[in-house]
Amino acid sequence: MNITDLTVKELSEKLHKREISAVDAAEEYFSKIENTDDEIGAFVRLTREAALKQAENADKAIAEGSAAALTGIPYGMKDNICTRGSITSCASKMLENFVPPFDAFVTKKMQEANAVMLGKMNMDEFAMGSTTENSAFHVTKNPRDTSCVPGGSSGGSAAAVAAGETAFALGSDTGGSIRQPAAFCGVVGLKPTYGTVSRNGLVAFASSLDQIGPLARTVEDAAIILNAIAGHDPLDSTSVDREYGDFTADIGMGVKGMKAALPKEYFGQGIHPEIKEAVMNAAKAFEKMGAEIEEVSIPAMEYALPAYYVISSSEASSNLARFDGVRYGYRAQGDFEEMDDFYKNTRSEGFGKEVKRRIMLGSFALSSGYYDAYYKKALQVRTLIINDFNSVFEKHDFIISPVAPTTAYKIGEKTADPVEMYLGDIYTVPVNIAGLPGLSMPCGKDGNGLPIGMQLIGKAFSESTLLRAGYAYENYAG
Amino acid sequence: MNMIKDYEMVIGLEVHCELGTKTKIFCGCPTTFGAEPNTQCCPVCMGMPGTLPVLNKQVVEYAIKAGIATNCTIAEFSKQDRKNYFYPDLPKAYQISQYDLPLCEHGWLEIEGENGAKKIGITRIHIEEDAGKLIHNDEYGTMVDCNRCGVPLIEIVSEPDIRSAEEAIAYFKKLRAIILYTGISDCKMQEGSMRCDVNLSVRKKGAEKFGTRTEMKNLNSFTFIQKAIEYEYKRQVEEIEKGGTIVQETRRYDQNSGKTYSMRKKEDANDYRYFPDPDLAPIVTSKAKMEEIKNSIPTLPDERKKVYVGRYGLTPYDAELITNDLSTADYFEEAAKNTEYPKILANLIISEIMKLYDSENGEITVEPLHMAQIAQMQGSGEINSSVARKVVKALWENDEDAAEYVKRNDLAQINDEGILRAYIKEAIEKNPKSIEDYKKGKTAAAKAIMGQVMGRTQGRGNPILIDKLLTEALESLKQ
Repeated sequence: MNITDLTVKELSEKLHKREISAVDAAEEYFSKIENTDDEIGAFVRLTREAALKQAENADKAIAEGSAAALTGIPYGMKDNICTRGSITSCASKMLENFVPPFDAFVTKKMQEANAVMLGKMNMDEFAMGSTTENSAFHVTKNPRDTSCVPGGSSGGSAAAVAAGETAFALGSDTGGSIRQPAAFCGVVGLKPTYGTVSRNGLVAFASSLDQIGPLARTVEDAAIILNAIAGHDPLDSTSVDREYGDFTADIGMGVKGMKAALPKEYFGQGIHPEIKEAVMNAAKAFEKMGAEIEEVSIPAMEYALPAYYVISSSEASSNLARFDGVRYGYRAQGDFEEMDDFYKNTRSEGFGKEVKRRIMLGSFALSSGYYDAYYKKALQVRTLIINDFNSVFEKHDFIISPVAPTTAYKIGEKTADPVEMYLGDIYTVPVNIAGLPGLSMPCGKDGNGLPIGMQLIGKAFSESTLLRAGYAYENYAG
Repeated sequence: MNMIKDYEMVIGLEVHCELGTKTKIFCGCPTTFGAEPNTQCCPVCMGMPGTLPVLNKQVVEYAIKAGIATNCTIAEFSKQDRKNYFYPDLPKAYQISQYDLPLCEHGWLEIEGENGAKKIGITRIHIEEDAGKLIHNDEYGTMVDCNRCGVPLIEIVSEPDIRSAEEAIAYFKKLRAIILYTGISDCKMQEGSMRCDVNLSVRKKGAEKFGTRTEMKNLNSFTFIQKAIEYEYKRQVEEIEKGGTIVQETRRYDQNSGKTYSMRKKEDANDYRYFPDPDLAPIVTSKAKMEEIKNSIPTLPDERKKVYVGRYGLTPYDAELITNDLSTADYFEEAAKNTEYPKILANLIISEIMKLYDSENGEITVEPLHMAQIAQMQGSGEINSSVARKVVKALWENDEDAAEYVKRNDLAQINDEGILRAYIKEAIEKNPKSIEDYKKGKTAAAKAIMGQVMGRTQGRGNPILIDKLLTEALESLKQ
């Protein structure tokens, strides 16, 4: 038995039974990382010392009988989630040496559970990208085929889980940044309903879309992790105050009698035939398990991608304005005549190309004279998309769709054409625009042996339903 | 400068007022003024990455209070927007403010103008966060103090209804009074907790269309507001008369030269790229909550003014002066309980107390009861008006029972006709020249004699009685 092959659930059982110690588990993972991560490049930083201390605490908690489900479980944290006293760089030169003075809500939750943070995960700079190629530090490779991208922006998180370098990881998803890398790397990723997991301590990309969620090896693991991070946080005004319950409670109840929807817009032009086939086969599997399948339509989806890029870039242009070199982060050196020159140099040197592109796009969309044509229009599209989803969920429990139109592609293949890259987000962004939960999980492989991802979408706060359906499919497909 | 009479000024004021909440608008940091730099801030108000704002509910309540007190319509649904611009005192590079859905709109307040009462419209009141301060230091250069970052503000925007510097001051004073009454701000202008931007344009009298306006920012005293308006008005009129045009711009008032200088033309102005702040939920206020806030507002200056005019017989002008400051008004009311002469009391407060009392930092040191005694003694003729004023000054320095003070210092009014006649006789004998003048019809000569008699009484003589007796004496001399 390899410790690094175990699911969270399996490892947790062994830790609780004290068959292995948390310190040993952490050491196992560190040696695995040592062996594989030079090649994969999933981590940007290891936090070994803190991890071993945390593991000791975990062992104490287990010995005292006060252990939680994630106690002693090694995990990786996306590098845009604040960890007090430990660099949180967002994979940007701008924050290369930035040490946050506080912990994110989810960081605290992990600490409370005595989960063991192994290190911080690589990502596209400020979560802007779909391949993790936009990291200011290094490219992360897909463990399924190291000539391919792992997806992004949570590419480090997905790659580490796929490579067995961590038992699970936390990522963030603004337009698909958990679900798409999960699909590319063949792991499970969940973007919770907007407001389920506090954004407090998540370095904002697009505040109305961002959501933290788990990347794991199994659907059940994702549910266990969600249990630990879901919950109201008074320090996030968009955090929803409700009873979240136990996401594992009904996970084994199956899908008999459920109604699933296949939106035709998700299977149209641009989708790779092998992906379409794999997802259709998965739909058939749900049918065989007793679910009803029906084709539906989400007409407004046509406008989702442009609306997403307007909204997310607009918010980003404002959210990233604080990186000005005055108080923390990168600061351009030199004598500047004007304050503006100081700002321009700092921001020109500190941000990467894609980040600058989106800041400019967003600044333009919000400018006076353009606001109505772009930002306001995008908000109207947002309402249409919400309405379309709502009408589907009046009659259906969940939607079955692909995660991305392609499987993982070659490193460097799409870097020249940002629009082509953006098109890859077409199936994931509507979920963020509508604030809905989306579960990404493997549903087969393409001709090259690369994983294909299926997305299950539900109405707001229906994570239990999605996890239950995903769990059923996972068992069915084996 | 005759041409200036052909023009009129059109003024609108934007008043910023720091709210007196204990904590900041989006975090738990204290708002105390004057602390060591950067000791009252946290990751949230310093705009650290990953931090989120949480709206202080009291800020909303305070702003609604201001809105109700100025006759505004309160929005049941309001939102907060980001105003984006780069400046080192603005840590997030955006200010959370309100753009198109402010909390309060369509209000007004009333001022005592040159031609009686006048309503000045209030366009809107919105909430926003204050920025930090830049401190310039020879050794280190420019440094940022974030203590003020996130201190809650309301911005009160008036309609362009103001037509003179006097009206502008009257509006500002009234607004200040109302805000002080509601208790939502200390309105200390010296500490910058109340500051004023003036928008001013000029037009030919009778013209319908407004001229191009300029904005003068951050005027923080009545004097500066007055002087800046007077200067800017003259500048604009002269410019137009010269055949020039007024440029829409922001101008800085320089208190040393008394002039305004161009700071920023309109075309250089920031495009603030306002958009709704996605980190904050809309502000929804129920009718019940509004009612609750309304009931918590104390009696406002205008209502008190009516009482002062109606019940106490004060002139509207005097009533306005007293009601403009809550503690002065409270003081007046407290003292008025103990005298039958509220008008005399009001005059003493206006002529003496209000000169001695610094309403921003001080307190009134004469007990209201003692003040009532003085008014009562003056009203009943026990002391005369100049003695009364002297007693107020004396008690300001060293407060005590006014009657005791008058008795101990022998200040009682001399009403004894015998004594007064003796003094009159003496004065007449000493001033044959004045008597001659008087006989020739120069009635003013009587005043000199009157002064001497009053001097002989050490200022304690009953002036009305002396006047009467003196006239009698002089008239008898004529015959």
